[in-house]
Amino acid sequence: MIEIQNLSKGFGSLQVLEGVSLQIHDGETIAIIGRSGSGKSVLMKHLVGLLTPDEGRVLVDGTDIDTIPYEALRRLRRQFGVLFQGGALFDSMTTFENVAFPLRYFSSLDEKGLQDRVQECLDLVRLSGVGAKNPTELSGGMRKRVALARAIAIEPEYILYDEPTSGLDPETSNTINDLIRHLAEALNVTSVVVTHDMHSVLSIADRVAFLHERDLEWVGPVAGIHKCSNPHLNAFVKANEYQVGDTTPALSGPSA
Amino acid sequence: MLDTLLSPFRALGRYATLMGRAFASIDKVGTYWNNLFIQMVRVGIDSIPIVALAAAFTGAVFTVQTAYQLETPFIPKTIIGSIVAPSIMLELGAVIAGFILAGRVGARIAAELGTMRVSEQIDALEVMGLNSVGFLVLPRVLAGVLMFPVLYVVSCVVGIGTGIGVGHFGGFLSASEFLEGARQFFKLLDPTIGLIKSFAFGFIITSVACYKGYYTGGGAVGVGDSTTQAAVLSCVFILVADLLIALLLL
Repeated sequence: MIEIQNLSKGFGSLQVLEGVSLQIHDGETIAIIGRSGSGKSVLMKHLVGLLTPDEGRVLVDGTDIDTIPYEALRRLRRQFGVLFQGGALFDSMTTFENVAFPLRYFSSLDEKGLQDRVQECLDLVRLSGVGAKNPTELSGGMRKRVALARAIAIEPEYILYDEPTSGLDPETSNTINDLIRHLAEALNVTSVVVTHDMHSVLSIADRVAFLHERDLEWVGPVAGIHKCSNPHLNAFVKANEYQVGDTTPALSGPSA
Repeated sequence: MLDTLLSPFRALGRYATLMGRAFASIDKVGTYWNNLFIQMVRVGIDSIPIVALAAAFTGAVFTVQTAYQLETPFIPKTIIGSIVAPSIMLELGAVIAGFILAGRVGARIAAELGTMRVSEQIDALEVMGLNSVGFLVLPRVLAGVLMFPVLYVVSCVVGIGTGIGVGHFGGFLSASEFLEGARQFFKLLDPTIGLIKSFAFGFIITSVACYKGYYTGGGAVGVGDSTTQAAVLSCVFILVADLLIALLLL
């Protein structure tokens, strides 16, 4: 379980998060939503110790990740797979090498076992025949899927997704949403999805945390999103309905 | 105001911390051996042509100009060799190669790490559980320290060789006169200090570039700034280190 307790973070004079608290339960898929610039990615980076809170703490399975030594943090991070917004694939390596990269350092697989595992991961994200290609030769959606294959290669307990569908066409977004749902079920992982795409949220999330004005204003099951009385969340949901042309029935709930 | 005054000290602290983290993981260099080998080729082997070219022209021009300045029947021609060879070994071999590499290697490293930073590739390394400083910074700095002396030797050999050739074929002095003059005033301290400088310059160029690249922020503009600053700062620190070594060892 991941527990965020009273977390505050600022950059210079800009306060991004203030007193944020959240519990992320094992096996669930939670979506952290909010407007662009609301601090969603900043919050996500705290979960793996890429940022250190000014106040508060983050506990992963009871361990305060900001107080442990760097070597212990490195070991703890191996429980995580992270899909970065742009994929963050190593452009000096082929697709195969990218997926094989964490396995070369953190598994005892021989070359044959490594090849099999890479293929297995690429199959899981429904990609084949791209192993020899350079990341620059892949489309945006394919790059995200390769990054996802790399993230799951060492079988993490937690997968963090930073805007997994941003910049993708609706069809490719649906494919990524399907993958997130499929991986959560197939690998029984805890998933944290940072997004502002409500269609994605409704497709994949069990729970939703809405970040607004530096704090989480609303946390609850995805089904309750239309029943809440929070005006900011309602406005956010409504804006998404407008963007998708109100074609998604699930979005047309009794929001304000 | 105070913030501006403290800024260089803050930068020095971050630089020292980064180098500390890099060398703290030196016991893990075996893990990154492949990466070190790649960097040694990029920093060292790939730089040989440009260093040799710069050294060749430096040696040639230096010989011609020294011959021109000493064009008098009262000074033996061997003196040209006595001036050109030690100057290249003591100063020019290392400094010319240093300036060339500040642009070629320093800018490359800063741009490479800067791009990795802004495209979250360094974050990706960290969240995989790798020590990104050990993986990225240490092999580059080690490659600079190990390969720069090789480039210094190349620079000296090519510079002096070209000086001999231009002196001989230009009709200024024969190859044997050049070598005789070089031998007469040869001191082992000259190439020793040149080698010490090359170690120092190798460290300065790669460590400054790694620092600038690793802490890049602000997208493409940030990468551009880091690249420029890495090349300029490396040149400045090379000049300062050159003076300090001269003051301390001569």
